[in-house]
Amino acid sequence: MIKGNFIDNLPKVYGIYTGGFLAFIIIMAIGEQMGMTKYAIGVCFVAFTIFIYALIGWLSRTAQADAYYVAGRQVPTVFNGMATAADWMSGASFVAMAGGIYFKGYGYMALLVGWTGGYVLVASLLAPYLRKFGCYTVPDFIGTRYGGNLSRFMAVVVLTVASFTYVTAQINATGTIASVALDIDFKYAVYVGLVSILLCSMLGGMRGVTWTQVAQYIVLIIAYLLPVFWISNKMGAGFFPHFMLADEVSRIAELEAQFGFVKNSAENLKEVPKGLAGITKAHSAVNATPWAFISLALAMMMGTASLPHVMMRYFTTPSVKAARKSVGWSLFFIFLLYSSAPMLATLSKLSLIDPTLPTGIIGKSISEVQSIDWYQNWNQANLMFVSDFNGNGTLELNEFFMGGKAVVLATPEIAGLPYVISGLVAAGGMAAAMSTADGLILAIANAISHDVYYKIIDPKAETAKRLVVARVLLVVIGFAGATIAAMEIQGILGSVIWAFDFAMSGLFFPLVLGVWWKRANREGAIAGMALGLISGAGYLIWVRNGGSGFLGITQLTFGIFGSAVSLVAMVVVSLMTSAPNAATQRMVDEVRVPSGKSILGKQH
Amino acid sequence: MSKQEQHWEKSRALLFITLAIWFVFSIGIFLFGAEMNEVTGPFGYPLTYWFTCQGSLGAFVILIFWFANRQEKIDEEFGFSERGDD
Repeated sequence: MIKGNFIDNLPKVYGIYTGGFLAFIIIMAIGEQMGMTKYAIGVCFVAFTIFIYALIGWLSRTAQADAYYVAGRQVPTVFNGMATAADWMSGASFVAMAGGIYFKGYGYMALLVGWTGGYVLVASLLAPYLRKFGCYTVPDFIGTRYGGNLSRFMAVVVLTVASFTYVTAQINATGTIASVALDIDFKYAVYVGLVSILLCSMLGGMRGVTWTQVAQYIVLIIAYLLPVFWISNKMGAGFFPHFMLADEVSRIAELEAQFGFVKNSAENLKEVPKGLAGITKAHSAVNATPWAFISLALAMMMGTASLPHVMMRYFTTPSVKAARKSVGWSLFFIFLLYSSAPMLATLSKLSLIDPTLPTGIIGKSISEVQSIDWYQNWNQANLMFVSDFNGNGTLELNEFFMGGKAVVLATPEIAGLPYVISGLVAAGGMAAAMSTADGLILAIANAISHDVYYKIIDPKAETAKRLVVARVLLVVIGFAGATIAAMEIQGILGSVIWAFDFAMSGLFFPLVLGVWWKRANREGAIAGMALGLISGAGYLIWVRNGGSGFLGITQLTFGIFGSAVSLVAMVVVSLMTSAPNAATQRMVDEVRVPSGKSILGKQH
Repeated sequence: MSKQEQHWEKSRALLFITLAIWFVFSIGIFLFGAEMNEVTGPFGYPLTYWFTCQGSLGAFVILIFWFANRQEKIDEEFGFSERGDD
């Protein structure tokens, strides 16, 4: 059935895979009609998809350095776009984003703008040039462009801080989903998640991760779009929600005006379980100051352009030209999900708060709401809560609380969709969190094995030994991440946003100026990375401990302060010290020309 | 001016145009978010709200493809384009 080499057959292979997955969904739907239990359906979805990923991981095993680090640099544009989209869209995008929009409305949408706009910076400022450079990792670029082990090591430090903050959140998300779907304790579910993540990346490195990420993208996008379209049709809101929800959006505004946003007393709020929130902000009206919106968007955009697990995806394309196009495809595939999240939030909110809809609960009596099946389920899962604060017996808007995850996880059930959809959503969330965790753990392990071990400690190490070190590190970092995730220190979304701020504080300007400013030198880059990271982290600690902050920079946007310090330090120190030598200047000229040999050889 | 310098000059000009368009859709619009939201935008959504869910996001996708094509043209003009594969 399949002839010739694997790369030429990709459309066919993934076409069959997609068909197979759809067939699996139909089989599960039939199973549900024939009386399969919810638990069995959930287990089947999660286990079946993880089995497929592990199989792909095993088939992609390799013993070659360039296959392990950059997938042999032969990933076609569109497929690299899909892989990047899966790499990018984390558990937070999949599970928490629609919830954030549901609660915070317009102010939260800054994240959507930031997480997409950043790709313009990636495409125009960095990706093609780093691809031409021919590096294996991001610190590889810093180390070669600026020279010296210290600059290389500093880049590894920034990368590790940012990616590790991010990865604990992802392992946490895989654990949450595994614990719900498989009905096991979160403490153990975290390790189930971890083992599935390692199965994909251990044997094949970047090659394994690439082909599993494409498979994971297909699962997650089906799992996100199918319920959105289904719910919209079922509610009669329009068969193509993206273009047809204007009436629903204005109806929400109408209801908001009718109910008003009643502020609950601190005493009443004590009753509400931790992590749940009510609707306190307008849905579509502008509810944030321009600076609050723009600063958050800007921090996310610059963070996007500095996160190494995204950047290294563009090292796998066959050419510089392909790297540029591939960024466009990545954003297109991300756009498919991101433009649907606000629609899901709108549908979810309206179906709950509109008293004229059969699913609406606001205005019903408290006891009636408490007897609804799905309310009881999600209340037990600690994701929903109602309480009659004013004692009038009916549920008001300010008396209904929900967890952010519930918008994606519970809406299918509230809208009365069959349980098979909930199983699908669990598999999608798992795919989203796993693919991002894979990319992040690989980015950290590769940086330490390639840049610290091979380039600094033992430059004579053989390929086999290097790859053993890389794999051992993968496992060690994975377990460290899982251990911290199991402690549940902070929410999924908060730590994701911090990761962006850390990355932009330390890496944005050293990367960009490395290409765009020839005069930038080693001393400047080291100062930029060190002072940027330290001042960013310092600002975060200060604000977390009750500091007032300045210029409206919050703990979510501290990267703006960090990167500003980084820029100033880098420019001042570069100008105070001598210009880079002629060889380095020639190297920068070389990077700016797309054709010709890459700076670093194929094997290095 | 050498061929390489001219190529870089053109690439840099393209970068500035790209960043200017990027600035409008990622920052410019939201400076006037409240005022613009009074206007009804495409498909009947409030205008600023529409930009946050679809408009700006879509504009970025188109912008990147446009940028990639323009840069390819510049590379071809100076004979710096790579052989074959996409």
